Amino acid sequence: MKILVPVKRVVDYNVKIRVKPDGSGVDLANVKMSMNPFDEIGVEEALRLKEAGKATEVVVVSIGPAQAAETLRTGLAMGADRGILVKTDAAVEPLAVAKILKGVVEAEAPGLVILGKQAIDDDCAQTGQMLSALLGWSQGTFASKVVIDGDVLSVTREVDGGLQTVKLKMPAIVTTDLRLNEPRYASLPNIMKAKKKPIDEKTPADFGVDTTPRLKVLTTVEPGARKAGVKVGSVAELVQKLKSEAGVI
Amino acid sequence: MTILLVAEHDNASLKDATHKALSAAQAMGGDIQVLVAGENAAAAAQEAAGLAGVAKVLHAEGAGLAHALAEPLSALIVSLAGPYDAIVAPATTTGKNVMPRVAALLDVMQISDVTKVVSADTFERPIYAGNATQTVQSTDAKKVVTVRIAAFPAAGTGGSAPVETVGGASDPGLSTFVGEELSKSDRPELTSARIIVSGGRAMQSRENFTTYIEPVADKLGAAIGASRAAVDAGYAPNDWQVGQTGKVVAPELYVAVGISGAIQHLAGMKDSKVIVAINKDEEAPIFQVADYGLVADLYQALPELAAELGKLGR
Ligand SMILES: Cc1cc2nc3c(=O)[nH]c(=O)nc-3n(C[C@H](O)[C@H](O)[C@H](O)COP(=O)(O)OP(=O)(O)OC[C@H]3O[C@@H](n4cnc5c(N)ncnc54)[C@H](O)[C@@H]3O)c2cc1C
Ligand SMILES: Nc1ncnc2c1ncn2[C@@H]1O[C@H](COP(=O)(O)O)[C@@H](O)[C@H]1O
Repeated sequence: MKILVPVKRVVDYNVKIRVKPDGSGVDLANVKMSMNPFDEIGVEEALRLKEAGKATEVVVVSIGPAQAAETLRTGLAMGADRGILVKTDAAVEPLAVAKILKGVVEAEAPGLVILGKQAIDDDCAQTGQMLSALLGWSQGTFASKVVIDGDVLSVTREVDGGLQTVKLKMPAIVTTDLRLNEPRYASLPNIMKAKKKPIDEKTPADFGVDTTPRLKVLTTVEPGARKAGVKVGSVAELVQKLKSEAGVI
Repeated sequence: MTILLVAEHDNASLKDATHKALSAAQAMGGDIQVLVAGENAAAAAQEAAGLAGVAKVLHAEGAGLAHALAEPLSALIVSLAGPYDAIVAPATTTGKNVMPRVAALLDVMQISDVTKVVSADTFERPIYAGNATQTVQSTDAKKVVTVRIAAFPAAGTGGSAPVETVGGASDPGLSTFVGEELSKSDRPELTSARIIVSGGRAMQSRENFTTYIEPVADKLGAAIGASRAAVDAGYAPNDWQVGQTGKVVAPELYVAVGISGAIQHLAGMKDSKVIVAINKDEEAPIFQVADYGLVADLYQALPELAAELGKLGR
């Protein structure tokens, strides 16, 4: 079985982004970019399934500009077998990403697609579910545990009240949550090896997908900052202030 | 304009998230109908009929709908979608699981986690862990929207809408519910609590949450939250995680104990009315958003805090 892992190139999670003063967007010039952290978890899970003999090949795919090839190399250095870059300089919304991924799935015929539960730039949390719907497949979102047993996938999901376990017919879509695993670091030899692994280039047009956005972004602004607070000297002072000044207890 | 609001419930009663998403739907304007889909969910449907400003309740029954699994519930919603201009649900783990499927099947781009309704087609939503706010206008004929519940007040009751039974769409049989482990607690739910006390990595163990956080939370009638680090380390269950990728909360009072204040954590609590931080590092970023900061060792400060609150008769 082949596993497909979509990986998105996003602003590194440690970077505090800046909003352009004219409201036109987020300033991405000279900002450190990395693989979306949830997608690293996805690559790791796919590699573990391969190492456990449940999968034969791990393919990473990214939709984005030429530099998204670096993100694919990160996945290849972790151990993925090959990459697919669907090259576009346009901003692609989750619906269009899902349509492109549907095309990739039809070409590659994986038994499992593991996506991140959300991209930490757009915070949409949509793509996996959309892909699943377009394919008519089952889905196990926000996964903290994945077990393959024949053609049945058992997924433990992080839900608002705790944990839920579902059984899915394969082929299936999984989206990763933080507790699924701890991604490995790529070793130097593997980084070198990754340079020789193949990356196929495609375009959205190859899959017949129109990426025109459906949402018009009118403005992007910085949220209001909180007023600076005060330091209190003791627990007694804290309680007194919460009672008489803030009136919350 | 007619809006279908997808209710969140446990078959017996509505979740508070439904009331909050209803406020957002009301802000969009127009007729609002509520879908209650479940198994033996008549009581929840009746409760929905009593929500203020609801024109009609659609009640769908089916074994496949018992646990709000995404595949059957999205199929049902899509089968009903025809007459509606917008389909709205709270951005809970259920809404997040189901609604993007609905959007894709309707060929619509979902607007996720809306924090403000500007008009029926224009919304504000946070991106980059709340470090930027986007205003987006949907060009799709139907709007599919999930609502950040911490950003909206709960709508009231006092309505008496008719309840109409609708046929459940057939379950595509792709997934089956196996079981769940729900945290049981007498405390208020995190997302609707008036006060939250949260612990971070500095708590060091699950027992310390019990020994140090609980007495303070008990005295305040508070819910308990946690940072990702505390959850990853197993000191707290996953459903306590507050943050960009956990729960977003906006209580009257949020007490962050032994939490450094990473942007991912701030994303989940910085809209709280009053923030208290207790941290032994005076440089901790959490102090930049705290209204009241106490530089102290939590293992001393929390027992003292419980005692001081005790003096107030709590
Ligand atoms: C993709 C992604 C998603 C994430 N999502 C979330 C999320 O949703 N929520 C979230 O919280 N995090 C999230 N994180 C993690 C986040 O980046 C931080 O790592 C995390 O919030 C740190 O938790 P912490 O503050 O408890 O731990 P630390 O950063 O280790 O801070 C511990 C603090 O405790 C203080 N301390 C230590 N001992 C004591 C003592 N005795 N008394 C008082 N203070 C003490 C220290 O001074 C320090 O400030 C995410 C990260 C990634 C990459
Ligand atoms: N441009 C992209 N290229 C590859 N994968 C993507 C892309 N956009 C989204 N994804 C995948 O979809 C997941 C959820 O993204 P989102 O719905 O945007 O929050 C990510 O974690 C990725 O696995």
